[in-house]
Amino acid sequence: MGYPHPPHPRETLVLSKYFGDRDAIPLDGWRKRGGYVALEKALGMTPAEIVNVVKDSGLRGRGGAGFPTGLKWSFMKPGDGKPHYLCCNADESEPGTFKDREIMRWTPHALIEGCAIGAYAIGAETAYIYIRGEFTEPLQRMEAAVREALAAGVIGPNAMGTGKRVDVWVHKGAGAYICGEETALMNSLEGRRGNPRIKPPFPAVAGVFGQPTTINNVETLAAVPHILNNGADWYKKMARADNPKSTGTKLWSVCGNVLRPGNYEVEMGFPFKDFLYDLCGGPPPGRKFKAVIPGGSSVPIMTMEEAEAAVMDYEGMVAQGSMLGSAGCIVIDDAQCMVKQIGRLARFYAHESCAQCTQCREGTAWTTKIMERIEAGEGTIGDLDTLLEIGDNMTGKTICVLSDSCAVPVASGIQKWRHEFEAHITGKRCPFRAAAAA
Amino acid sequence: MADVKTINLTVEGRPVSVAEGTSILEAARTVGVLIPHYCYHPGLPVAGVCRMCLVEVEKAPKLAPACATSVAEGQVVHVHSEKAREARKGVLEMLLINHPLDCPICDQAGECELQDYTFQEGRKDSRYHEPKRFNPVEDFGGDVMYVPNRCILCTRCVRYMDDVAQDPVLNVSERGDRAYIGKFEGKDLTHPWAGNVVDLCPVGALLSKDFLNKARAWELDRTASICPNCTQGCNAIIETRDNVVVRMRPRANPDVNEYFLCDQGRLDYRWMNAPNRVELPQVRGANSLVDADWDIALGAAATAIRGRRVLVLASPMLSNEALHLLGRLVKLTGGTGAFRVARGPEAPLPGVKDLALRAERAANVVGAEMMGFTKSDSPLSALRDGDVLVVADHPLGDTDLPTAARASAVIVIGTSLPVGLQKVEVVLPIANFTEEEGTFTNLRGRVQRFLQAKAAPGLARPSWFVLADLLASLGESTNYFLPSEVFAALASSHADFAGLSYDTLGLRGLPVLNAAPAAGAAS
Repeated sequence: MGYPHPPHPRETLVLSKYFGDRDAIPLDGWRKRGGYVALEKALGMTPAEIVNVVKDSGLRGRGGAGFPTGLKWSFMKPGDGKPHYLCCNADESEPGTFKDREIMRWTPHALIEGCAIGAYAIGAETAYIYIRGEFTEPLQRMEAAVREALAAGVIGPNAMGTGKRVDVWVHKGAGAYICGEETALMNSLEGRRGNPRIKPPFPAVAGVFGQPTTINNVETLAAVPHILNNGADWYKKMARADNPKSTGTKLWSVCGNVLRPGNYEVEMGFPFKDFLYDLCGGPPPGRKFKAVIPGGSSVPIMTMEEAEAAVMDYEGMVAQGSMLGSAGCIVIDDAQCMVKQIGRLARFYAHESCAQCTQCREGTAWTTKIMERIEAGEGTIGDLDTLLEIGDNMTGKTICVLSDSCAVPVASGIQKWRHEFEAHITGKRCPFRAAAAA
Repeated sequence: MADVKTINLTVEGRPVSVAEGTSILEAARTVGVLIPHYCYHPGLPVAGVCRMCLVEVEKAPKLAPACATSVAEGQVVHVHSEKAREARKGVLEMLLINHPLDCPICDQAGECELQDYTFQEGRKDSRYHEPKRFNPVEDFGGDVMYVPNRCILCTRCVRYMDDVAQDPVLNVSERGDRAYIGKFEGKDLTHPWAGNVVDLCPVGALLSKDFLNKARAWELDRTASICPNCTQGCNAIIETRDNVVVRMRPRANPDVNEYFLCDQGRLDYRWMNAPNRVELPQVRGANSLVDADWDIALGAAATAIRGRRVLVLASPMLSNEALHLLGRLVKLTGGTGAFRVARGPEAPLPGVKDLALRAERAANVVGAEMMGFTKSDSPLSALRDGDVLVVADHPLGDTDLPTAARASAVIVIGTSLPVGLQKVEVVLPIANFTEEEGTFTNLRGRVQRFLQAKAAPGLARPSWFVLADLLASLGESTNYFLPSEVFAALASSHADFAGLSYDTLGLRGLPVLNAAPAAGAAS
């Protein structure tokens, strides 16, 4: 569904089918729509069987990294004598991304069902849903849904009457982007400062409270019940014929200079050009698209040539020099100043850096200061090389990838829109601001 | 313990074999390769945040933080490869962009790791043209001052307070480049061991208020010593400038104090510079004490002692060597020896096993007892009428003076002349422990050497030297030219010290035979 717009015929509605449907929110409404059938089925299977179905379906992490979900679950060794935990990463903070928010607002029970199945599959009795601090409405919906599910015996010490224990807890973050990084999320969940941890050890070895933990995105977990209900083959079919590595449907959050921003659900392998011009309605009248950031602010920015040639799956985006990421699609038209837009992104990362690693703490702020100086018309040509070199120092050298994420849009910006940077420097003012004033 | 597997790897072309689980940084250290680092400290949990210790490991996709990466079989590590050096250069540049570069007025200059590594491999110029972050100086309480502008946020201080002192006072406040070391509301660095954060700080961000602006690091002479201020026997470095002790800092010893020294110990050094010293030997003249040559003073002391019973009041701050010779004096005259020790509250450092500021505030209580001296609150009670009282640098209070008056004569062998003490026949000036060489025995029976840090005033001589001469004047055979020879004599006459010598003790000491068990024993 192109929520808040009516669904487009070319969409494939799986996760977003009930977006906007108030009756789908409470437990009985959700049951009427086929809810918790998959959980009942799952609790009758062995965990290994569930993991195999998910592996077979080709489901990959929807948070940004695209790691195969079934493989991740198989890292949890059953019978190791330790408590296992499932964490649901609902700290959706990536600029431009707002798909998990809608899942939690409209179909909270879909997430609970996914969490319960996931927890059972990895041998965990406890699942934590870590919700972004600013998500007040999704938090209320999730808490109410967990209460309902617990009262109805869907989850709890005797989930679905099978005698199996599945507890689901909702934890509210305090509003930090970095807490969406999986190990920072775990620190935050434990009550510590949300600083990413050094890996190894990976969460599957030592995660929450030092115990084996699996952490999955909201959309990933919400897709699991559908896979169990309809089978791995059904899910696998939603893919490009020549690319079996990306399967299923994907929610795309679209914002920026498009006529119909919103959430769209399409099958993997959908042509990006059709998506932007047909589903999203193209650019505002009299404007042209200039750039697209396809996967949340941390991925390389695409020119329109690249975007129009891209197909919407993990490999298709990489083939055009970017990444699918979290599928938070930010569209920029020709009236926008790239220097300003990229500077704004850098400022976000500078604000959100946890301050652990030197390159990130100092580099993000330094990058921001230079970007803002160039935007103000006080830059020098030498600044561009400095920016690229700072970016180099910030890439691949820190505990987490926040620092890399700041360097990526700057580097692709200078690479692809160098003329705009140079116009700021030689003209000693922002040409877009000058045009707007004229 | 299970068998520990040995891992073989190569660091900078040198073969290394270390136990499994060792970090690359520690492994490199075993073959003399220093991997530059800031946040790593062997006494603290690993943080891996400064990113200074990035090294190139062959076949690894990215540079690895040497402090947080365990060794693996067959690993080939390059510390000084182009990639690793460029990464460090990048870190140094980032660390300096907001740094005030105020080395000329910074106490840390000369012993600053930021300065050292920047000179070693940093950029020559800065590309940073923006305004620098500014935060005001803050008093952290205790002896600690925080200069946030110089801080590189390595978090050593935070981790020390959390994990070693176990008194979480410090934190990282704010995020991004606004971050600074914060102090929790209403808390101060008043923990008895909090001063260690100053030593742990690799830059000039945490400073000792006591040492502030007192000396430049390169003006200091450093001497391996022992903190004399309690029975723990923490290994210390005494730093002097122009023959004045200006600072005492911990010296690493994994068997005693690891890397730490308590505030009480480190700040109680002023007495070592006390001005009220006796500098010349003195003998009783017509109405008062008059200066005399050493030979005359020693002769007078021998005359006073000969044929009498002696009570030796020996300071528990004296070395084993001095106490051994005093013990011989006691035995020779058929007398007794006693001492009193000052006490204070005990203050443990929770993160280190068996480390505390001990209740008994003197260095050599155990040594004094082993040399036959009795610990007593009224050490003069054994003094009989007509005895000779030898006061060997032992402090005397007002309550002691009437008792002391029972003595037929008093001989003072010390650094100062106790006020109000009557019947003093001879004064023999000795060096204090910073001015001589010797050993102390700590409460666990560990014998540890201290070296001479400064010169003694006037004609004062090392205590062992004076006592050996005194014994010789009494007809004893004391052919000692070095403190090591006195120690050898001690070791041969005390069974517990068997096998010990200055050579075997080294600078980390060794326990005596039958030493008290490490933990749980009463102090």
